[in-house]
Amino acid sequence: MSKISIEDLKKIKERERGKMVLREGEYRAKITVHMGTCGIAAGARDVMAEFRVAMAEQGVTDVILTNSGCAGLCAQEPMITVEVVDQSPVKYVLLDREKARRIFDEHVMSGKPVEDYALARGSETTAG
Amino acid sequence: MSVSPGYRMQFMLCAGTGCLASGSQDVREAMEKELKKRNLQDEAQVITTGCNGFCARGPIMVVYPDGVFYNQVKPEHAPLIVEEHVLKGRVVQSLLFKEEAKENIPLMKDIGFFGLQRLIVLRNRGLIDAENIDDCIARDGYAGLAKALTEMTPEDVIEEVKKSGLRGRGGGGFPTGLKWEECRRYENFPKYTICNGDEGDPGAFMDRSVMEGDPHSVLEGMAISGYAIGAEKGYIYVRAEYPLAIQRLQKAIDDARDYGLLGKNILGKGFDFDIEIYPGAGAFVCGESTALMYSIEGKRGMPRIKPPRSAEAGLNNQPTNLNNVETFANVNPIILHGGEWFASIGTEGSKGTKVFALTGAVKNVGLVEVPMGTSLKSLIFDIGGGIPKKRKFKAAQIGGPSGGCIPTEIVDVQIDYESLLDAGAMMGSGGVVVMDDATCMVDTARFFTEFCVEESCGKCVPCREGLKVMLDRLTKIVEGEGQEGDVEFLMEWGKHVNSTSHCGLGKAAANPVLSTIRYFRDEYDAHIRDKHCPALVCPSLIDFVVMEDKCKMCGLCFRNCPSGAITWEKKQPARIDLEKCTRCRTCITNCKFGAIR
Repeated sequence: MSKISIEDLKKIKERERGKMVLREGEYRAKITVHMGTCGIAAGARDVMAEFRVAMAEQGVTDVILTNSGCAGLCAQEPMITVEVVDQSPVKYVLLDREKARRIFDEHVMSGKPVEDYALARGSETTAG
Repeated sequence: MSVSPGYRMQFMLCAGTGCLASGSQDVREAMEKELKKRNLQDEAQVITTGCNGFCARGPIMVVYPDGVFYNQVKPEHAPLIVEEHVLKGRVVQSLLFKEEAKENIPLMKDIGFFGLQRLIVLRNRGLIDAENIDDCIARDGYAGLAKALTEMTPEDVIEEVKKSGLRGRGGGGFPTGLKWEECRRYENFPKYTICNGDEGDPGAFMDRSVMEGDPHSVLEGMAISGYAIGAEKGYIYVRAEYPLAIQRLQKAIDDARDYGLLGKNILGKGFDFDIEIYPGAGAFVCGESTALMYSIEGKRGMPRIKPPRSAEAGLNNQPTNLNNVETFANVNPIILHGGEWFASIGTEGSKGTKVFALTGAVKNVGLVEVPMGTSLKSLIFDIGGGIPKKRKFKAAQIGGPSGGCIPTEIVDVQIDYESLLDAGAMMGSGGVVVMDDATCMVDTARFFTEFCVEESCGKCVPCREGLKVMLDRLTKIVEGEGQEGDVEFLMEWGKHVNSTSHCGLGKAAANPVLSTIRYFRDEYDAHIRDKHCPALVCPSLIDFVVMEDKCKMCGLCFRNCPSGAITWEKKQPARIDLEKCTRCRTCITNCKFGAIR
């Protein structure tokens, strides 16, 4: 990494757009595992590991697997957000390895959200 | 934004996180520009709304009164929409929404917890990898710093923060813009800017979440404050009990340094600024700003006399600005969207939003960000989901050990600095502990007083000795040795401790006691006169006797008693053997019928 300029800031933002707005990039889906202290304490590391294993087993390369901090609803961790291109993002709660595997097979790979574990779909309201 | 009746058409443009990421801000600007160009700005209004749930098809724009649902709207569509829809009254077919497959998963906006929140501080929550600086930049990280360095003077920056009405989020509520302005005035270098990440209030974790989940927002806020006041060095004081926050902040600092966003000649604009993390060592009093600065100097953390204020002479006796984590996290949006925008949210005296850590006896435990002025009732019941286990709300403690309790009769109090003070509580850092009817208010007061006794630095006699005397008296009360006159004694001593202690710890330490006496006097009286704890919490003040007329003979207490002190047979009321009973209260917490007194 070298020192950046104002122009570089804008370029990085554009370059990363494909990961923030799926339809504009080369990825088909994005899985975000929420790993703040609450999530980690509740078992998010296992959930993350399960997705990694699943993706490796099936040789998946067009899905982003990433993590973030606390999603806010600490009482229902471990939580993940799954976004498949051209569908609303879905938040899942109270997960474990088994549920993660099911979500991977049914939602991420086959495009059908798993209603049993889903809390809500859509995004939060960010003022601005 | 209010909907004006003068307009004949309204464009409800979604400004939820998803649509913002897809560029709804640019769409709004393009629409407003086009409407102005055609002189239609008084006929059609563009209003930003919350998330509609169809993020994948965003930006979403719903037109009223027609109710037409446009999706994937781009800025370049603005002339077409204005020409066709506003002028000619024709729907733009190509932008219409085609029905999404029916799903039985509710929308975020319809879930009380998420739908009523409005994120500024937590704007990146759940969306970025905290250890990836590119993720942050993709969501406008450091765009505020870039704007400040290229388009604004330090005075401009201070003006914008003043205009915003931002007040210190650590609990003091001092206007941030004024603090920066004062610090700038002193021509004595070097100057420092410090981030208070000590977060000592029990039950508060807002700052931890920001430091763990969006560390760059803090670094950027600090850099902008350094530019504004003329400081080249910043410190983040993080409590040692937050190892993940320290780790994430350090990674963020390292990455920012690599990109030249910290260090010498930032972004090539000749501005030098760097940050160092200083971990705390487990003292609540080090959250007090002057004690914190002594701690960084390697001295004992004890608050000092003011004047001089830290803006004039703080760390190493140099001009120092200190702000809370949440305060700094508000700076990037204020610089990018303007102080006026920030001031349009909230109430007259309390602008913007506030993050609360909602904990205790509430269904949706978590982090909540709401506009100032939201009612506490809405926070607990609409967002928090109410009280679990079919219990009833009793009180909410706001402001931690310096705060007070808000009981049922005033639960619709507005959340802002002044209203909470009037009610005998205070905003504090934002920790809200909800208590149900199985909570003893006397025991709660004792708990917070004990915390203050342990954390007192010891300098002031009223705090050091007075609180201890109050604690001993409270302990006697909960153990059944309370006497008539104890409550009056606590009230008098509480007033003295509060008015004659030097720092914020002592000045407010008696608040939990004073506010519980104010609203729950009958509970104190029951402890003292009847030697009974109505909430069945204080073991010495419970009879541990089964009331046979209430016992439903379910056997639950019998099955769970760890000492085998209960005898029960089917179709018989249970009986407790007081010789074997260890007063653990397991039977009481298990009994669904309140049959044990």
